[in-house]
Amino acid sequence: MTVDMSQFYEVFFEEAAEHLASMEGLLLKLDIDAPDADELNAIFRAAHSIKGGSGTFGFTDMTGVTHILENLLDKIRKGELALRQEMIDVFLEAGDVLKAQLDAHRSGGESVDEARIASVCAVLAKMTSEETAPATSSTPRQNAAPSADKTRFHLAFKRVAKSKLENLLRELAENGDLKVQEESGNEHLSLMFDTTMSETDLLELIQYVVSLKQVVLATGEIDPAEFARDAFGFFEGNPGAPEAPLVAEEDDGFGLFVSPAELKSQQEADDGFGLFEDAPGTEQIKQVEATADAAPIKPAAPTPKSTAAAPANTEGASIRVSVEKVDQLINLVGELVITQAMLAQTTANVDPTLYEVLLNSVAQLERNTRDLQESVMSIRMMPISFVFSRFPRVVRDVANKLGKQVELRTIGEGTELDKGLIEKIADPLTHLVRNSLDHGIESPEKRIAAGKDPKGTLTLRASHQGGNIVIEVSDDGGGLSRERILAKAKEKGIPVSDSMTDQEVWLLIFAPGFSTAEVVTDVSGRGVGMDVVKRNIEGMGGRVELDSKTGTGTTVTIRLPLTLAILDGMSVAVGNEVFIIPLNYIIESLQPAEHDVKTVASEGRVVNVRGEYLPLMAVHSLFNIKPKTTDPSKGILVIIESDGNKAALLVDELVGQHQVVIKSLETNFRKVRGISAATIMGDGKVALILDMVALVRMARK
Amino acid sequence: MSEPSMSSAQISNDAGREFLTFTLGNEEYGIDILKVQEIRGYDAVTHIANTPAFIKGVINLRGVIVPIVDLRIKFNLGTAEYNPFTVVIILNVAGRVIGIVVDGVSDVTILSSAQIKPPPELTSSLDTQFIQGLGTMDDRMIILIDIEALLMSPALELIDA
Repeated sequence: MTVDMSQFYEVFFEEAAEHLASMEGLLLKLDIDAPDADELNAIFRAAHSIKGGSGTFGFTDMTGVTHILENLLDKIRKGELALRQEMIDVFLEAGDVLKAQLDAHRSGGESVDEARIASVCAVLAKMTSEETAPATSSTPRQNAAPSADKTRFHLAFKRVAKSKLENLLRELAENGDLKVQEESGNEHLSLMFDTTMSETDLLELIQYVVSLKQVVLATGEIDPAEFARDAFGFFEGNPGAPEAPLVAEEDDGFGLFVSPAELKSQQEADDGFGLFEDAPGTEQIKQVEATADAAPIKPAAPTPKSTAAAPANTEGASIRVSVEKVDQLINLVGELVITQAMLAQTTANVDPTLYEVLLNSVAQLERNTRDLQESVMSIRMMPISFVFSRFPRVVRDVANKLGKQVELRTIGEGTELDKGLIEKIADPLTHLVRNSLDHGIESPEKRIAAGKDPKGTLTLRASHQGGNIVIEVSDDGGGLSRERILAKAKEKGIPVSDSMTDQEVWLLIFAPGFSTAEVVTDVSGRGVGMDVVKRNIEGMGGRVELDSKTGTGTTVTIRLPLTLAILDGMSVAVGNEVFIIPLNYIIESLQPAEHDVKTVASEGRVVNVRGEYLPLMAVHSLFNIKPKTTDPSKGILVIIESDGNKAALLVDELVGQHQVVIKSLETNFRKVRGISAATIMGDGKVALILDMVALVRMARK
Repeated sequence: MSEPSMSSAQISNDAGREFLTFTLGNEEYGIDILKVQEIRGYDAVTHIANTPAFIKGVINLRGVIVPIVDLRIKFNLGTAEYNPFTVVIILNVAGRVIGIVVDGVSDVTILSSAQIKPPPELTSSLDTQFIQGLGTMDDRMIILIDIEALLMSPALELIDA
C-alpha cells in the first residue's frame, strides 16, 4: 500500500466515535413495539460505516463485532425478526464493546477483554440465527444459507485473464467458500463467495490483482440468476456501467458524496434565482449538477480508500478543524480588537471636520471588527446537546440498577456554549444526574405511597439568561430533608442554627466533607462530592444554586459564563491603576454618606448599606497604591457578592463597562493573590482582573 | 537548574558560542543568544502589588502578558532609571516569555571555549551557581550567566513556589 493510512486514523476514530454515539442515541429512542424504519436504517448505516472504516484501516476486531451486529440489525430492519428489549440491551452492550475497542486502538493501550467480545458476539449471533432458519428457509436463495457471521458476495470479473485470477481465487478460497457460477471463455467469470470478510477488505484484496473497474461486487440479497443476468447485461451493453452496482454498494460513501453536492446545487439554485433571475444563475446550477453527476463515479472506481477519506472532506455542511487553529484565530481577533480600540482612541482626538473620511472608516472598522469577533467566538460554541446526549444512557443504566422508573426530559438542547465549557461541564452534570437518580427520585413503591406517578421525572434544562447560560437539573423526588442536614451539620461541628433559612441550609451540602456515605444513603440528603461539583463550576467562573421542597423535588441550577475567553467587566480606577471587576459579581455601586461608614475595634471598617453592615475593603490598601482618596464618602463603593457573602470595595471611580479578553497571568508569571487574570485595554496597557472570590474571603477574615 | 540547560550551556566545541552582552552598572554580562527573543524599549508596565521591587510588573507584548524583572534592582547595580533609552531584553526561557531590564545592550560576541574561564568562588549578590564562566575578550571580562536557571530560581519569585 503506497498510501500511509495512519494519517486517516484520527478521522476514522472521530467518525467512528460519532457513529457510535448516534447509534446509541437512536437505540435509546427506539420504540420497541413499533420501531421506526428510518431510525432502524440509521442505526444500520452507523454500524455499517463503522464496519467499513474499521475494515479499511485494518482494525479487524471492530469489523468482526460490527459485522455480527449488522447482521442482526439487517434482519430487524427487513422485518425478518421482531425487535425485543433484550436486543436493545445487547446492541448497547455491543456499542460499549466497540467503544472500548476504539479507545484501545486510539490510545494504543491494552486491548479489550476477549471474553467480553466473545460473549456479546455469541448473543448477537444467537439472536440472529434463532428465528432466521424457520422464517426464511422457504426462500430458495437460502439453500446455501451463509452461516451467521458470513456474508454472501457475488463477484463478476470482466475481461480478466484467468491466469491472472488464479492467485486471487486461491486467496479468496482461504477466506471463505468460493463457488464458480458461470464461466464464459477466458475473460468472464462469475463467482459466489461466502465469507467473514468485510466488503471493504474484500475490495482491497481484489484490488491487488485487478482494477476495480473490471469487477462487479454485490452482497447476498441479490438473486444469483438475476444478478448474473444483470451483470452480463452490463458487460455487453455499456462498458462504463459495471461501476454502478459497485458504487451502490458503497452506500454511505456514495450518499455522503452526493448529498452535499445536491444540497449545494439546491442552494445555488435558490441564490441564483433570488439574485439574478436569469442566465448566470442557471448556468451555475448546471455546472453544479454536472459535478454532482460526475462525483459518484469518480471516487468509487479508482480506489476504495477514497470512500473512507471522503466523508471527512465532504461531510455535510461542516468541516473539522483542530481546536488550536480556532484558538489561534480567536487570539488574533482579540489582537485585532485591541488594535482597533487603539486606533479609535487615537482618532477620537482629531478634528472631525478635517478627517471625516478617516473617522468614517474607523467607525466602519469598529463594526466590522465586532462582527468578526462575534462570528469567530461562535466557532467555539457548541450546542449543549453534546453533553445532554449522554444522559439517556446514564439515566437508563442507573435507573435499571436501582430498580427505579425514571423518565428523562431534556429542554433547550440547542443552547450553545463554549466548547471548553462543554468539556468541563460534563462531569459535574453527570454527578448531579446520578445524585438525583440515587437520592432524589424515590423507588416506585414509595412514589405510589406518596401519591405520585411511579415513574419519576428528571429534567435537564438549558437556557440563556443575559450573558450567562443556565443549566438546571431538577427531579420530582423526595427533596432534601432540612432536619437531617441540620443534624448532620451539628454532628460535623459546622456552626448552624435552627433559624437558618432553607437556602442557607441547602448550601451546607456543598461544604467539603459534609457528604459522607452514611449521610447520604437512605436519606434524600444528596451530596456525594457536591463540594467537588461546586468547586469545578466555580472554577469555570460559574455558580451553583440549589432549591428543594420536601416531598416535591430538588432543582440544582448552574450558572455559567458563555465563554471562558471573554468576560463582562467594570473597569475601576484606583490612583493611576485600572482594575477590572467581573460584572456578574457586582450588585451595585454607591457613594456612602460619611455616617454610614463605621469602624469595628477601631480598625476594620464596615459600611451600612440599607441596614446591612458589609465589610469595607479599600483596593488601594490591598494593592499598595496611592489613591486619589481614602475617604469612602468621596470615592465609590462597589458592592460585590460571592458565595452568598457580600463586601464593599472602595475605589476612586468607575471608568466604564467593557467586554475584556481574559489573558492568564500564569502563562509567563505566577498566581498573584487577589488577581484572577489580566486583560489588555484599549490603550494597549495591561489591566488586572480582580479575583472576587479571594477578595471576599480576605474581607471576611 | 535543570540538567539539560546546564549541559547545553557547557562549552563543548571550539567553534565558539554566541552571547548577547549587556551592561549592568560597570559590569558586562553575557547570556546565550538562543534564549533571546527580542529587544525593546521600556514602557507601559502595569505594576503588580505585593511583589518584590525588582518585579516591575507586566506588559502587553502583542497580546501576551509578559512579566518584567529589573536586574539592576535585583543585583543593586547601576541606577534604576526609566527613560526612553531603557532597554528590555525579552527572553524565552523554560517555555515562558520574560523580560529583563538592563542598563544597555552591548553586542553579540562569539566566545570559544578557550576564552571562557571557570568562575572563582566568591560571594556576591549573584549566586555563583548561576555563573557559567567568565569570558575574556581583549581587556573585557564578560560574566556569562545561566539566565534560565537564574530566572527560574525561587529567589526571583517569577514562578509559583
